[in-house]
Amino acid sequence: MPVSEPVISCRNVWKLFGPSPEAYLRGLEGDPGFEAIRQAGYISAVRDVSLDIARGEMLVIMGLSGSGKSTLVRCLSRLIEITGGTVSVEGQDIGALSEAQLIELRRNKMGMVFQSFGLLPHRTVLENVAFPLEMRGQDRATRRKRALEVIDLVGLGGREDYFPRELSGGQQQRVGIARSLAIEPDIWFLDEPFSALDPLIRREMQDEFLRLQGMLGKTIVFITHDFDEALRLADRIAIMKDGAVEQCDTPDQIVLNPATDYVRKFTEEIEKARVVHASGLARPINGVMPEGLPVAGKSTIRALARQLIDDPREILPVADEAGRVTGVLSRKEALDVLLGGQA
Amino acid sequence: MSESAIPSAPATRLRLSPAWMVLCLALCLILARPYLPEGLMRPAEGLILPLADWINALFTWLRDDLGLIHVTRAFADGIEWLLDVTANILYGKNRWPRIGPLPWIVVALSAGCLGYWLGGLRLALLAGGTFVWIALMGQWKWAMETLSVIVVAAPFSVLLGLVVGVATWRWRPLEAVMNPLLNIAQSLPHFAYMIPVVVFIGVGPKAGAIVTIIFSVPPMIRMTLLGLRKVPPEVIESGKMCGSTAWQLMTRVRIPTARTEILVGVNQVIMQCLAMVVLASFIGMPGLGQKLLQLLQALKIGRSIEIGITIVLLAVALDRCSKAWVALQPVHHEPGLGWVARHRVLSLWAVLMALGFALSAVVPFFAEVGRGQSLSVADPLDAMMSWVIVALDPVTQWLRWFLITWVLIPVRDALLWLPYTAVLALVAAAGLAVGGWRSALICVGFIGYIAITGWWDRAMITIYTVLVAVAVATSFGFPLGIWAARHEARAKRVLLLCDSLQTFPSFIYLIPVIMLFGVNDVAVVGAVVLFAAVPLIRYTIEGLRGVPETVIEAADMSGATRRQSLWHVRLPLALPTIMVGINQSLMFSLFMVIIAAFIGTQDLGQEMQRALSSTDVGKGLVLGFAVAFIGLAADHLIKKMAEGRRRALGL
Repeated sequence: MPVSEPVISCRNVWKLFGPSPEAYLRGLEGDPGFEAIRQAGYISAVRDVSLDIARGEMLVIMGLSGSGKSTLVRCLSRLIEITGGTVSVEGQDIGALSEAQLIELRRNKMGMVFQSFGLLPHRTVLENVAFPLEMRGQDRATRRKRALEVIDLVGLGGREDYFPRELSGGQQQRVGIARSLAIEPDIWFLDEPFSALDPLIRREMQDEFLRLQGMLGKTIVFITHDFDEALRLADRIAIMKDGAVEQCDTPDQIVLNPATDYVRKFTEEIEKARVVHASGLARPINGVMPEGLPVAGKSTIRALARQLIDDPREILPVADEAGRVTGVLSRKEALDVLLGGQA
Repeated sequence: MSESAIPSAPATRLRLSPAWMVLCLALCLILARPYLPEGLMRPAEGLILPLADWINALFTWLRDDLGLIHVTRAFADGIEWLLDVTANILYGKNRWPRIGPLPWIVVALSAGCLGYWLGGLRLALLAGGTFVWIALMGQWKWAMETLSVIVVAAPFSVLLGLVVGVATWRWRPLEAVMNPLLNIAQSLPHFAYMIPVVVFIGVGPKAGAIVTIIFSVPPMIRMTLLGLRKVPPEVIESGKMCGSTAWQLMTRVRIPTARTEILVGVNQVIMQCLAMVVLASFIGMPGLGQKLLQLLQALKIGRSIEIGITIVLLAVALDRCSKAWVALQPVHHEPGLGWVARHRVLSLWAVLMALGFALSAVVPFFAEVGRGQSLSVADPLDAMMSWVIVALDPVTQWLRWFLITWVLIPVRDALLWLPYTAVLALVAAAGLAVGGWRSALICVGFIGYIAITGWWDRAMITIYTVLVAVAVATSFGFPLGIWAARHEARAKRVLLLCDSLQTFPSFIYLIPVIMLFGVNDVAVVGAVVLFAAVPLIRYTIEGLRGVPETVIEAADMSGATRRQSLWHVRLPLALPTIMVGINQSLMFSLFMVIIAAFIGTQDLGQEMQRALSSTDVGKGLVLGFAVAFIGLAADHLIKKMAEGRRRALGL
């Protein structure tokens, strides 16, 4: 299997709610739009979505409440049945799996974290975290050992005998995260995991999450309604509105080239220089190799501010992490981004 | 339609809605009563269906031809075996395992430990103290006879309710059948359950246990369903994402998460069991209920009060303990504690058990309180009560005279005077007014059933008793509720009192009224009034206290006086809740009227008693459904009305 093979791939996925959605969808030609579908008596929670998620990538699905992002992630994990299209996980159509195969897939490959934690109130932290292992039928000692490992990993060591209601919201979500990691899943779904938390705790949990992802390198689908959170965490962002994906691209591209007015509205309030990286703004080397020391591609324009102002060069080379020059950065364009002009 | 009615109505109201038209029809029938043909007065002979005979034929077929009796007898034998075990342990009945009886001190200490585990020292004192009182008053055997049935019936009901509840939740079509079935089951009077059980099983403890099980299952099914529905979707999804199979999801996720509702169901089962066990004395169930029945019939007031106190104590203790269980949440232990420290109450219990057994072996008094050793407060109670009765006699005499001559007889005669067609038209009009044609059809169906059974007059007497009782209960319960709701602390105290009063088995309410009024209609109405007032007061308080603070503040800032605020702001907002209270009050009254039959009434209850003593299933069930349908019709009307109010208020 080539590396570029997507882990999750969905093609023209539809989820309609209404009296007989399958028949209605069969009669459709193309996408008539959210309003037209509603006139016909159906709610389109997910509308003709096609996405590919590569191994080790973090895709953030961003949208306001009711935009269908939670429904989409439930289509990807087959918590709900889709009306049309296909969802493949590692090349396998999950719509075609039997009940037993689906359970097997979830027991070995998938983990999910929920907005309101979804913890079992009658079980201790340890028993909650060990729950997926218990479902797999592992014995008590193995379960305990593995659960304690993940509890330590999320920083809850020493609280394994507490009950969920004895923990704060942030701690409860750490339990949720630990539980989803207990089976060492390849694919990690997070449905607005930090939305129910206070802003300060949310920030802390995001840092924690980035630390974990740095260690584990999972394939992640992360749902949020918070654009800042999306920009902070994502490799790519898919912005959803009325069930359809408006734009799916890297944070740099979303901020620099919003595809629709709807996306543009989100980006207006954002300080672009903090989001856009030198590599994101770079153009291909067009014949002439610029002189001098290159700037690091992964630095944000904001971080390069002083250099951009002081540097006499009009065009700067941009290098990747290995030090290889990958493109050139126009100082003027970079300064436009920095000063808030048109990029 | 009288001529004066039309001009007096405002012009805008002149649009004749169906409800008004049917109401006018009813009024016409009433006004034209002297000229009505007999067929419109009472259902004609040809209309009356021999329902009782049909049911009897069906039961005979079930019992004899289908051989259902063998199944029920086998089931009953199984129950009897269990009953014998508990009977042996609790009061030493000579059956397997022949180890009993437990010394009373051991039972009392165990109850105390259970209370302590569930709710601390106060509950320990209540639970333990109840058993000490029972032992010291020399009622041990009767109380244990009653308890031995509850100990078998309650777990059985819980299990049955859980299984049926899960099945109903699982298969949607079953739910469509189960809902109306549960509605009827919960409005059938106690006696309606007893008659078929007597037919299939006979009389005695096992019949008592079985009727108790059947009677107490419906609330458990309801609460299981409710609990399973209330499990948060994310918890279920997280269970699925952990790779649970359907069975794992049910046993390890859904049912444990629905714990609160299921335990509320357990509480209701226990309370229903107690209420039914006491009443099952009518079908030869020994125990506290039978004793109370005998003493009441012999008018031994002092002794009845003693038994009454025991039943009340048991009820309150069982209720508080099972409610404490609902609220009990698991707490983690600090790591490194020993077994004893982690199981403090269990260790305490083990020590107390050893002490209790040792003590009862040395001092026989602690094993069994002998005949001569028991205390009794019956004599002073009797003396005090006769003094009270004599002191109150002028008042009760006058009240009795006033109620009978000026309220009871006129209302009863008026209701009996009404042509049945007029009553049906009135019901239809009420249905149309609150819920349109569907409601009208439902209510006319319910009441029409009574007409075709041929028990119209008896049913009217039941309805009259209920109406008078609820009216009287409202006349003092409503102001009392308003008064109590004025202050937070007072409201809490009165609610607590109502809570306790509601746990009492209905039988208890007969003691004071028989004491004061003797055996007659006034006593029946009195008992019903007492029983019906409790939910009324309770919901009035809850409704008024539930009005949002901001609305009251807005009224205050608009310069409303306390009276204006009450009448224009708080009462209208509390009305839907108060209606729930009136509804419950009506249902409670119906149950009580039927139970009160044994002190002499002429209504459906009396006929049910007769059906019970002649084990006439057909008649008993026909009458039982009549009572249930009166209740369901009232329930439907009031619920629709409350719903309408709620919608109008946007609640």
